[in-house]
Amino acid sequence: MKPTKNNQTEIIVTGFGGQGIILAGRILGMSASLGDHKESTLVQAYGPESRGGACNAQVIISDKPIHYPYVNKPHILVAMSQAGYDKFVPALTPDAILLVDQDLVHPENAPCDHFAISATRMAENLGNKMMANIIMIGFCTAITQAVSTEAALATIVQSVPKGTEARNIEAYNKGFDYGLSTLKGREKRAAGQTGALAQ
Amino acid sequence: MKPAVLTGEHYITGDIACAEGAIAAGCLFFGAYPITPATEIAEHMAERLPDIGGTFIQMEDEIAAIASILGAAWTGVKSMTATSGPGFSLMMENLGLAVCTETPCVIVNVQRTGPSTGLPTMTGQGDMMQARWGSHGDYELIALAPSSPQDCFYQTIRAFNLSEKYRVPVLVMADEIVGHMSEKVVIPEADKIHLVSRPKPTGRKDRFKLYEPGPNGVAPMPAIGDGYNIHVTGLTHDERGYPAMNVEAQEQMMDRIKGKIQNNLDDIIETESYRMEDAEIVIVSYGISVRTGLAAVDQAREMGYKAGLLRLVTVWPFPEAMIREIAGRVKGFITVEINLGQIHYEVERCAGGKAPAFLVGSAGGKIIHPDKVLECIREKFGTAGV
Repeated sequence: MKPTKNNQTEIIVTGFGGQGIILAGRILGMSASLGDHKESTLVQAYGPESRGGACNAQVIISDKPIHYPYVNKPHILVAMSQAGYDKFVPALTPDAILLVDQDLVHPENAPCDHFAISATRMAENLGNKMMANIIMIGFCTAITQAVSTEAALATIVQSVPKGTEARNIEAYNKGFDYGLSTLKGREKRAAGQTGALAQ
Repeated sequence: MKPAVLTGEHYITGDIACAEGAIAAGCLFFGAYPITPATEIAEHMAERLPDIGGTFIQMEDEIAAIASILGAAWTGVKSMTATSGPGFSLMMENLGLAVCTETPCVIVNVQRTGPSTGLPTMTGQGDMMQARWGSHGDYELIALAPSSPQDCFYQTIRAFNLSEKYRVPVLVMADEIVGHMSEKVVIPEADKIHLVSRPKPTGRKDRFKLYEPGPNGVAPMPAIGDGYNIHVTGLTHDERGYPAMNVEAQEQMMDRIKGKIQNNLDDIIETESYRMEDAEIVIVSYGISVRTGLAAVDQAREMGYKAGLLRLVTVWPFPEAMIREIAGRVKGFITVEINLGQIHYEVERCAGGKAPAFLVGSAGGKIIHPDKVLECIREKFGTAGV
């Protein structure tokens, strides 16, 4: 995670209305606030777009009180639809982190590093594609450490429908583990490269 | 069943915080007609009030909604309604009735962009002058403007306290962003929340006068059924509450209605200052636009400008004396608000030519970006340090 000079992390979660985008933003914001005891603000798309169109949730996490509540330059963009990606890609800077559902988003012309996961397909394999957002939160937490796992899990248990807690925790863990192995894979490749260059 | 006061930390929207503030303040009646972006307040009150012995009624429209809370107030309970845009317009006639009958009640306006149906799902601050002057005739009332969900909780409690203390309708002028944004809201223990209830009459029932002012200019208020003679009318009335169609009764009534606010300004007006100690450029703001202003002050300071922010927590009555005093020692004012100039004109009037007043406003629909304020500072006050 690359904090700004005042330790402020700005996150946009985007996708279609109905994918649980707002809930994903709410879980990140609430985890940071109530779990990790940081300042956090969530503003969300509210009009017809949150019911089917291109929808987004904007989360700011900070060590200090947050004044302006909207994201200027996202440090993290979580894209679960092509339309959402296309809308926010111009705001990305080279040091941003982009996370995509690779079956739904082709991150063309991204100015920054991107991490991909088949979140929706993995959720379908778990028996409910509605959990793709939770898988994405797990993936995002592993890659960016924007919030702690303890906080995220506690918030997920509070936020999902009663009776689905265990399945959602499983979904989070799937995304988280996939994120960790993605990072490990990169480290190995990087180490291999260093070795090759050293010869 | 949940208790009335949900002590603890919550991550909730301003609308929900507002409803919880009302409940913590002792509100037991909520009558409303749902309207974006205030609907969540009604939804939440409908969910919560039955559990704590309160009553929720969805009325047929906003005219009836405000009428219902006035009626409820006269039965002795604390009452509230919440609305936006067109609904606020419909409430104007009975808002005047609340002022004239000196009925304590709280009206929340989660502002959206107008005029007319406007942009129902998008923010605005265009109802500020309507809040002050929307009903016919001269009057005083109180309007507060929350800037965050935590503030929605506290300002709603304060709205109830002021309405009870001064027997006046109090408006909570929120907006769509504050209403729908989520932040941490800390709800204290019930016994740590300071609550005020309307003054009650104690003397002989046969000599009781409904509008005979007490020491702070406010008349004690019995509830219907307490055994006191009650006559409530929107006609000009004497201290007994009976219609009195003459100039003397009108003057006496207006003295009381204006006096109880104007003579207690120190208690009613609340402002907050940010980096104002040595400020030469004063940003005046309220509600969500305060957050634009705070960000702009920090950035302007980094650029070398001596900028500060005056936040109007209470917008009406307007802090005239404070603006006059500040005007004598600064280079100028910039009012930031999501309209095309409303409170700006009040600032300009009170600055009285001693300091220039500028507006950073917008036609509505979204929050004002801090860059707009910085542009105004550069344009009107020149390069920093020169």
